[in-house]
Amino acid sequence: MSTTEIERQWTTRLRKRVAGKLPPEKLLPDTQPSYVSSWIYVFGVTTLSAMIVVIVTGCVLALRGPQWWHGSSFGHFVNSLHLWSVEIFFFAMVVHLWGKFFMGAWRGGRSLTWMTGVITFLASVATAFTGYASQSNFDSQWITTQAKDGINATGAGSFFNVLNLGQMLMWHIVLLPLAAVVLTALHVLLVRIKGVVPPYEENAGEAQ
Amino acid sequence: MSTKAFRPDVDAPTYKGGHSPYDIIKEGTIAIVIVSVLTLLLSVVFGSPDDAAITIKTWSNKAPVDFASTALSELNGTSGTAGYGAPYNTASDGQKLGPFPLAKWAGATIPVNSVQDFVIDPLKSLPNQPALQSGLATWTKAPQSTRDTWVANYTKAASNMKFVNGQVIVKASDAGPVPIFINDLTQMARTGALDQALITGNGYYTTDYTKPLLFLADGSYIGNLAQKQHLLGEQWGMMNETGSYPGQAWLWLYTFWYQVPPFSTSLADNADVDVWGMMMLLSVLLLLLPFIPGLRALPRKLKVYRLIWREHYRG
Repeated sequence: MSTTEIERQWTTRLRKRVAGKLPPEKLLPDTQPSYVSSWIYVFGVTTLSAMIVVIVTGCVLALRGPQWWHGSSFGHFVNSLHLWSVEIFFFAMVVHLWGKFFMGAWRGGRSLTWMTGVITFLASVATAFTGYASQSNFDSQWITTQAKDGINATGAGSFFNVLNLGQMLMWHIVLLPLAAVVLTALHVLLVRIKGVVPPYEENAGEAQ
Repeated sequence: MSTKAFRPDVDAPTYKGGHSPYDIIKEGTIAIVIVSVLTLLLSVVFGSPDDAAITIKTWSNKAPVDFASTALSELNGTSGTAGYGAPYNTASDGQKLGPFPLAKWAGATIPVNSVQDFVIDPLKSLPNQPALQSGLATWTKAPQSTRDTWVANYTKAASNMKFVNGQVIVKASDAGPVPIFINDLTQMARTGALDQALITGNGYYTTDYTKPLLFLADGSYIGNLAQKQHLLGEQWGMMNETGSYPGQAWLWLYTFWYQVPPFSTSLADNADVDVWGMMMLLSVLLLLLPFIPGLRALPRKLKVYRLIWREHYRG
């Protein structure tokens, strides 16, 4: 096989492209610009950490099936861990979003980073909603019978039946978490590729 | 390097300052530990709610008249489900986004016939009830106009419905088998058999609770319980959960629109689709914020960034 042929391979081209866009020092940096020195930056990594705790506690709940936590005190405790990690996740995510808004974090070619963040937020809202719909208790009875009217009114209810426990559970534990995790990974990679947005400068010179 | 005009809300200045040490793995590890400990503490202190699901058996035993009245509304077509429209039936066009009946266009893909699914079919599953079997046979043979007359006559008298000694009492004349239907369905519900009939209507294995939930939601019992738990629409509805828990606080903006005019007043009958339309629009605006002149300039003009980067500006 000639060198030219190897250079033309999809695998070779993809590896070079990835290595060019995201060299190891960008993926796992050991320094950061000095302006990154505010508490607001903590909320991105907090969101990510809470997401990991949400997934781990959700996996523990999945081990014994959807009814387990109703009849087991340990199961109920794991459900509490799942609930509170979700609350922390959303709190951190919303603060992170507001922080990034006030920084104008889309500047300098970072609009895709902003957009993946917003879509991750919306996917997370849907994931949490389907979790509430899958609880198989009074809350899920009430929440689904109320929510159906809004979703049905858009036409989406013809395909996304919130009263169908099986459908909601599948969306909650498979489809939406998968989407949220993929979107989060994409978002984090974009942050690493593009870096953290520099501060505004009233007398700025050249564009990046 | 480009020499094009600098757009402060689109472009970022080239950073020429210094760098500080940054241990991303250490930061991530510490964050996971702190979040885990905080989660543990909150769970130990506050726990989580888990009020048991109510059943049609509970409902019909605690509020038999409400149950029997709801059963009648399924039969006479006045229940929420009977007149819902898509996705359950074609009884109405449903709500419209402007001139567009989105739900109607999507179609009745989850068919529910409130007479057949909630009353007649469950009653057919009851064994050894000669009077009921005879009534069902009479109902089946009767033309629709006769059925309508029976149901209308029973409905007129049902305003004085009572539940005495385990029986539904309605003094109706020329109501055909309707009194038997309502009474026997109530008896069936009180034993728990109606729960099973509605849940297993699609087969032995099922995870679809559409029919029993629709039936429950047509009655007042579940709403009365929800009101006590501050869960009604005018109480910020489904973003709350039972007990004193934060619930889905992130839905506050969605729930907010239901509390204010015109969604709470002149648009109330169409509020669901209007609020959803509003939220879709706001979500798209948030998504496309980097491309919208004016909106994308807000953070620069609000100058909150000076607080975030105060050390940088001080330097």
